[in-house]
Amino acid sequence: MQLASMPFNEIRLDRMSRSFGALNALRDISLSIRKGEFIALLGPSGCGKSTALNCIAGLLSTTGGGIYIDDKRIDQFKPEDRGFGMVFQNYALFPHMSVRKNIGFGLKMRSRPKAEIDTKVDEALALVRLQGQAEKLPGQLSGGQQQRVAIARAIVIEPPLVLMDEPLSNLDAKLRLEMRAEIRRIHNQMKATTIYVTHDQDEALSLADRIVVLRDGAIRQVGTPHELYERPAHLDVAEFMGFRNRFTGKVVSRQGERATVSAGSFSVSGTVAEDLQPGASAVLAVRPDDVTLSGDTPGGVSVTVEAIEYRGREYVGIARTPDGVEIIFHADNAAAPGSTVSLSIDPARALVFSA
Amino acid sequence: MTSSTLQEGTSLRQKLALRGIDGVTLLVLPSVLFVLAIFIYPFIYGLLLSFAPIREGGMFANYITFFSDPYLYNTIAATLRLAVPVTLLSVAAAVPVAMRVRLVRRQRLLTTLLVLPITLGTVLVAQGMLNYLGPQGWFSRSLMLLHVISSPLKLTNNYWGVFLSLIITVFPFTFLLTLSYVTGIDPGLEKAAATHGASAWQRFRHVMLPLLVPGLAIAFCLTFVQAFAVFPSAVLLGAPSGPTRVISIAAAQAAFEQYDFTMASAIAMIMGVVQLCIVLIVLVVRNLFYRGATSGGKG
Repeated sequence: MQLASMPFNEIRLDRMSRSFGALNALRDISLSIRKGEFIALLGPSGCGKSTALNCIAGLLSTTGGGIYIDDKRIDQFKPEDRGFGMVFQNYALFPHMSVRKNIGFGLKMRSRPKAEIDTKVDEALALVRLQGQAEKLPGQLSGGQQQRVAIARAIVIEPPLVLMDEPLSNLDAKLRLEMRAEIRRIHNQMKATTIYVTHDQDEALSLADRIVVLRDGAIRQVGTPHELYERPAHLDVAEFMGFRNRFTGKVVSRQGERATVSAGSFSVSGTVAEDLQPGASAVLAVRPDDVTLSGDTPGGVSVTVEAIEYRGREYVGIARTPDGVEIIFHADNAAAPGSTVSLSIDPARALVFSA
Repeated sequence: MTSSTLQEGTSLRQKLALRGIDGVTLLVLPSVLFVLAIFIYPFIYGLLLSFAPIREGGMFANYITFFSDPYLYNTIAATLRLAVPVTLLSVAAAVPVAMRVRLVRRQRLLTTLLVLPITLGTVLVAQGMLNYLGPQGWFSRSLMLLHVISSPLKLTNNYWGVFLSLIITVFPFTFLLTLSYVTGIDPGLEKAAATHGASAWQRFRHVMLPLLVPGLAIAFCLTFVQAFAVFPSAVLLGAPSGPTRVISIAAAQAAFEQYDFTMASAIAMIMGVVQLCIVLIVLVVRNLFYRGATSGGKG
């Protein structure tokens, strides 16, 4: 039974669950993936994102819920009968086969005619720009080239779904950026429906059409990169999206979307992300980019600079309030460590969550 | 003067160190002496002895006698008829068992059970099988009780008795070797093959087997060498003057019945050469296959 190349509209996870004994690694994951969509499963290690991917691939059986392609239920299918393509973290290329044989593996298993395999493998080689390497063994390739082979092997079978399990995490920083662009380019060209697992929010933001944030085996938030970046729904999602400054305190006033949080010796205003009334315990979270030296503007938070780093276009500083709360901020010019400065926080870009 | 000697001393030590020779290297001496005394010297002694026959006919007389007497040279074929099928069957059976055992959680318990026959020694196994498989043994009696057979099966004092006991003594060893090769293959490769559409058989045929061939060749060689040296079970369970008159029996008879140690040495040398030939053939064939890493990338 082959599902590859079959026309479909959506892949649906319906309360997919997986438990290991008493541990619920995945709880009621429900998600509709449209054809051609690029979905990133984002979360810290141990959040269940790889478990989810392995369940979808069929390498792990689910313990509840279902997986559907349109109305066809496939969660009881063996991995080889699902017809998906998968890119592994450690590439998992067959070391004894040439690049050409590796890429043609899925087609050969499907007993396609040799001429068709050759044509499709050539196309895939061109797509990942490895035309000259076809007869080499994987061991003779660099890490980035090996990952290209793995991607070509997964997409050459024209699967309804391509699964990628942290494909860039074994590459060095520079190569990771290159391959990220490469994956985006290949996706734009092939329009293969993709589920991409990562713990790196930059990868998720730059690649995905929609991001699914997982935590403790459950979905925390689903949204476009823009939605997640601008309006994370929970504090832990915000932490993942780079809201590194957090001030714990109480809501002292609220006017519409704007709330003021008192955190010890100072108070800051932000936009409410959850429904909070005055008196409620709250955490105000803000990105370092949205905390700047206020100069002479009144109403800033008075802090002592502890360290300052030059980052080319700007400076990043670490400062501490008199009560010892650490604040990371950006500045256009260097502030001397030990000096007292005033920091201003953009209330439109600071979010207030319930504590 | 003193300082220059010291300088030269240091530089010699440095030169040695660059080749990986230092004080610790001396620790290898006991084993080198052991190998020389227990293996190399007896081997050379035996080789020279085989060229000093007590009979007439020059230095090759023992070899000429061996290859002109069918009662002697047929032992090579008799031994190969036992050792080759036993080795092939052991390796062939070890692969599926190892493939399954690597997924078992209580692997150590199972492995211990399978390895037990090694610790018993060939004589004990042969003795036990003689009782179990003999005409009055449980095996035939049970089958007769169940009316599967009407007269006892002849499983001892013939080829099959030796065959079975060899399998029992040799299989655990083959299995352990094979298990280590099977578990050495990156499990991610099978997962990758499965997600790309390979059925269980295709995964074995196209991914596992090609990566196992080099290991299986080594397992074959080591098992074969053991099986070729069969002696106690060929005497106890076989027909030592008939179909299971293996080459080691010929050597033992020459040494301890005819007291011709030169002839026994010659037979031992011939035995060694036959083993070496088979091993070389297997290793040459092995070289035709992929022999690199068995993992699919960084990891």
